[in-house]
Amino acid sequence: MTAMTRPARPDEDDVRLRPVPWRRMAGVTWRQHRIALAGVAVLLGALAVYLWIAGLPLHHAYAAAVACHPAGSAACQALVGTFNSMDSHMTGAASPGGVLLQVVPVLIGAFAGAPVLARELETGTFRYAWTQGFGRWRWALAKLVLLAVVLAAAAGTVGVLVSWYYQPYFAAGNQALGLYEIPPFVTLFSLRGVAFPAWTLAAFVIGALAGMLIRRVVPAIVATLAVYAGLAVATGGFLREHYLTPLVTTIPNVPGTAWIISHWWTKDGRFAFAGNPSLNLLNQFCSSLPPGQGKPSVGTFAQCLAQHGYTQWTSYQPASRFWPFQWIEGGWLLALSALLIAATLWLVQRRAA
Amino acid sequence: MNIVEASGLGKRYGRTWALRECTLEIPAGRVTALVGPNGAGKSTLLNLAVGLSTPSAGAVTVLGGRRAGSPAALDGIAFVAQDTPLYKNLPVADMIYITRSLNRRFDQPYARARLAELGIPPRRKAGKLSGGQQAQLALTLALARRPRLLVLDEPVAMLDPIARHDFMATVLAAATADGVSVLLSSHVLTELERGADYLILLARGQVRLAGAVDDLLGAHGQASLEELAMTYLRETTAEVTR
Repeated sequence: MTAMTRPARPDEDDVRLRPVPWRRMAGVTWRQHRIALAGVAVLLGALAVYLWIAGLPLHHAYAAAVACHPAGSAACQALVGTFNSMDSHMTGAASPGGVLLQVVPVLIGAFAGAPVLARELETGTFRYAWTQGFGRWRWALAKLVLLAVVLAAAAGTVGVLVSWYYQPYFAAGNQALGLYEIPPFVTLFSLRGVAFPAWTLAAFVIGALAGMLIRRVVPAIVATLAVYAGLAVATGGFLREHYLTPLVTTIPNVPGTAWIISHWWTKDGRFAFAGNPSLNLLNQFCSSLPPGQGKPSVGTFAQCLAQHGYTQWTSYQPASRFWPFQWIEGGWLLALSALLIAATLWLVQRRAA
Repeated sequence: MNIVEASGLGKRYGRTWALRECTLEIPAGRVTALVGPNGAGKSTLLNLAVGLSTPSAGAVTVLGGRRAGSPAALDGIAFVAQDTPLYKNLPVADMIYITRSLNRRFDQPYARARLAELGIPPRRKAGKLSGGQQAQLALTLALARRPRLLVLDEPVAMLDPIARHDFMATVLAAATADGVSVLLSSHVLTELERGADYLILLARGQVRLAGAVDDLLGAHGQASLEELAMTYLRETTAEVTR
């Protein structure tokens, strides 16, 4: 058995051996992914054009309705009506436009992110790429960071346009004028501000990691869609409301822009029940409400129950927390993306041929 | 200087050893043929040498003591993998651009001239080239890196006889003219015969025979490299059958 007695003997040129410059990956990444990037550009470009074309009349109608004096006149009411009837297909999370917008990040993630590594592994070209002088983890890091930054920047630009489009619905004072108003939290939170590029970034990185783990393009795309959907649902349904401790109030008239987390009632300082009062309770105490005026409002019930010693509590997130929540969501998604990139690089480095 | 040096090298996939107790020294300046039946561990050994996989046991160094897969090793080794993987949807010119960008050295005039000589148009997509042209393109890209060691994994297995001949002619020209050390695996023995002057015989994950072809032929009284290899391969097969 021959022992390896020879010490590591670097050659003369090793002293001058500098790594291949990072900037060279820009051209490489562009040549390899220009079709995917062009696809993203077409998708986001079409969306931007649509938002612009649909947004201009919306903003004009809004400006006209707000500028109208006197506010209560029939002419002004007509302008308010015009604004309120516009574009109902874009104004809810479940509306066609809202759904379309919500799948944009995951489409980018799945179709631009998943193939980045999966295609190399599926076609065997990783044996070419990882034996070049650049070095494999540097190659993967440069590629992922470049694409992630470009995609997040593109999504951020469109996110600004989405924010602009919906701006009239979120403006303060809409309620007073009878203008349609959307609570800023409840719908489309993840499509505006920093959340939109952050979700796009996360989707891309999830796609890249899925591609590295699964090593096949199509299954990696499917996995990306599934994981992203799970993360988005979990965030919207359970996580987001806990970013900051909700405010608690006994004032029945919480502003319409607030995000109501929960209601509960107390009687004589003790917890009575959660949610809305039961029919039994209302029959017991509030059967004498004036009939015939349609459905009595919640406020009426609250007043009635208050007369019988019940107190209504509401926990909510005020609309003023919109930006803190945006930064919190953007922040943890960025941290998650960095973590997933690190995990992907680790897999690239230890993956055996 | 040894261009590849392995000591106690082993690679395990799950519970199976693809390569075991591999100790060898391949001197620089040789055309080394790595011969063995399918599943003998040829690709495993090559992947370890170029740093695509890491050893489960032992160690392998290249280019005179550089750790396989280290930046200095990657810099001096060009690898053409089995089935010559290329980005099939990219034009030949982009493959040249990418290879040049990913390496410190790249002899662009050589690559251009060589492809022109082969009649490979730079605008043609790599996937549209014939099998022989794809292999030649991969080889040209590897040689334009001006490597000190060229590693080829079953380079001619998929090629027709003429393409095989042309491919091996390019490899041997680089070895003689530029002094590039070559390490290639193959089960097409007759192709190797013409140029290989160093032989490693692998069977069932272990080195059965290693040495300069002339010495081996003299010691074993065989007329040709092919005969020598066949004799050893038959012995191994007999072992398995027993």
